[in-house]
Amino acid sequence: MNFIRFITGSIKIIFHGSKTYYAWLILLSLLIIWGGIGYSGQLGHGLIKTHMRDSVSWAFYIGNFTFLVGVAAAAVMLVIPAYIYDWKPIKEIVIFGELLAVCAVIMCISFIVVDIGNPLRFWHMLPLIGTMNFPSSMLSWDFFVLNIYLLINLFVVTYLLYCVFYKKEYNKSIVLPLVLISIPMAVAIHTTTAFLYNAIPGRVFWNSALLAPRFLASAFCSGPAILLIMFQILRKTTKFEIKDEAIWKIAELMVYAMFIYLFFTIAELFKEFYSDTENILYWKYLLFGIGKHKEIVPYSWLSIIMGCIAFILFLIPKTRRNFTTLNIGAVLIYASVYVEKGIALIIPAFTPDVLGQIYVYTPSITEIRTAVMIFSIGFLLFTFLSKIAIAIVFENYNISSISRRIKSL
Amino acid sequence: MKNENSRRSFIKNISLATFSALALSGCNTKAFDDFLQQNFKTLSKKEKDIIIKNLGIKYKEKYGKEFHISDKPAIDGTLFGYALDLSRCVGCRRCVYACVKENNQSREPQIHWIEVLQMEKERGIDFAHSTAQYNPEKVPEKGYFYVPVQCQQCKNPPCVKVCPVKATWQEPDGITVIDYNWCIGCRYCMAACPYGARHFNWGEPSVPVEELNTEVHYLGNRPRMKGVVEKCTFCIQRTREGKYPACVEICPVGARKFGNLLDPDSEIRYILENKRVLILKQELNTQPKFYYFFGI
Repeated sequence: MNFIRFITGSIKIIFHGSKTYYAWLILLSLLIIWGGIGYSGQLGHGLIKTHMRDSVSWAFYIGNFTFLVGVAAAAVMLVIPAYIYDWKPIKEIVIFGELLAVCAVIMCISFIVVDIGNPLRFWHMLPLIGTMNFPSSMLSWDFFVLNIYLLINLFVVTYLLYCVFYKKEYNKSIVLPLVLISIPMAVAIHTTTAFLYNAIPGRVFWNSALLAPRFLASAFCSGPAILLIMFQILRKTTKFEIKDEAIWKIAELMVYAMFIYLFFTIAELFKEFYSDTENILYWKYLLFGIGKHKEIVPYSWLSIIMGCIAFILFLIPKTRRNFTTLNIGAVLIYASVYVEKGIALIIPAFTPDVLGQIYVYTPSITEIRTAVMIFSIGFLLFTFLSKIAIAIVFENYNISSISRRIKSL
Repeated sequence: MKNENSRRSFIKNISLATFSALALSGCNTKAFDDFLQQNFKTLSKKEKDIIIKNLGIKYKEKYGKEFHISDKPAIDGTLFGYALDLSRCVGCRRCVYACVKENNQSREPQIHWIEVLQMEKERGIDFAHSTAQYNPEKVPEKGYFYVPVQCQQCKNPPCVKVCPVKATWQEPDGITVIDYNWCIGCRYCMAACPYGARHFNWGEPSVPVEELNTEVHYLGNRPRMKGVVEKCTFCIQRTREGKYPACVEICPVGARKFGNLLDPDSEIRYILENKRVLILKQELNTQPKFYYFFGI
């Protein structure tokens, strides 16, 4: 009963907001409808509405999935520095980090659902009622860890908010172990996702031991970028207090991550280009194109250039401490990692294909619309959840305030 | 009070309507049965028979043709192997089209289980410089040789290892098959296959009814549906009946050889013992049972 009151109370919050809030909701709804119509075409006619074909059998969807796993992982890993450096609002950082993780994992699973040919057969993958190929298939591992991660984060964040709502002290012996588990789980989801690709010796582009470390490093660049901007917004609009130093510290940690990522990438490039074996073809396709096929070259250089500018902006203390340049840098690194994971990670692995044939892939409008739909749903969910969290944590929206209001009526 | 009543009756009506719709329309219950069907490998003989009987009725309704659907298991003491004579193959692609016809591959969108690659003699087997898009008046072209590639029926198949739902497996006679009703269409197997042997039904497959082959195997050439992966099965519907695969039969130059690797007197064993064979991408340890050799 108490829990139901908490849920109904939470739902009430999302219907109250300013004009900007409603405009934002309408914008997202329109995008969901526009994307949804595109996706319904794919549901009706099949994946032929995408530009994927036998040669390039995984592409934009799975790339988005990979990117969002990184976001989900990094959001929670930010709890470590928050704890070590003793940024004051640790509980709030945990709540918003885990909320972001929950939304990102839901988006991940959505991208898998739209990518598979028979979404209705999804249950075949479940243990007991289906025939899950565990532990052999890395995809079943990934599915497994993602769902556990989702459940842990969902539980912790709901429980924390529930306690604040009822003005109870939360039970440390429940929350602390779960938060402590969720941190290695965050590393695990991204590592497993990297292993998903890594486990395929037939695709030499992915068959490098550096893939998983590179994944983690890039996640530590893109994930905190969202929280960095979000903390500033929260600080301006609510009673959320976070010191400038904490934000700069996040930025500083991102520089380390970027540097490590850059170093790993250079190590990979050196090995490939200096060895100059036939495996270099994939990197060539990514960076320079093969023959007249240069379709994804602009994407890869766009990602590189955005990443480098962000690195420089974050590296120089003066621009790191200036909030304008800091935010530009955060957006740039986010976009850079998005293009890198969405396009540059997947497509070169399939071009040329295993028999050396080149099929040029760029996302179709259906794929873009479906991605817009999923991102809009994710943003909508995140907006709702943050609105609830903000009201409960900062605006004294709790059980007594509700009862008082009802009594005054 | 009145309000709640009407709401309750509305919900009641809706659920009743849904249930009766499900129960009454045969199509829906069949779709529901299809939806609940379990992995073929885990089913008993009796359950398999029911599924195959219903499938026959479904095909009859859909195509107006009587299908003979077999689920004949592997014959004891057989392990199928294939050999292809690179010195004879002229790149005519007759195998490709014989395969399409025999195995009911979709014509539009087009699916080919065999891909013939044209390679430069000077370079040897070099996929990066090969082309599947050759189109001269006459084959073979001077300076080129041809490498047809289809499922290599690996002893250590990466596709089986990665499938998240066990929808694909290796049969005792060495043929890797797919349960099309169990495949979720994630295409992880396609990413894992180093030979490009797996093909996806990106759209609704279409085969002209008059060209349908009605002699089918459940795990082989029966008509497929949208959103599932398919592949060469060494013509499981033929080879388990003691016939040659369609590609072996059609080859005009006799470049294709097929047989039982466990039978010491078979032609395939003769080739393995007397010719020097090679396998594609041996560094990947997939251990194909598809051998290439130079007969002349």
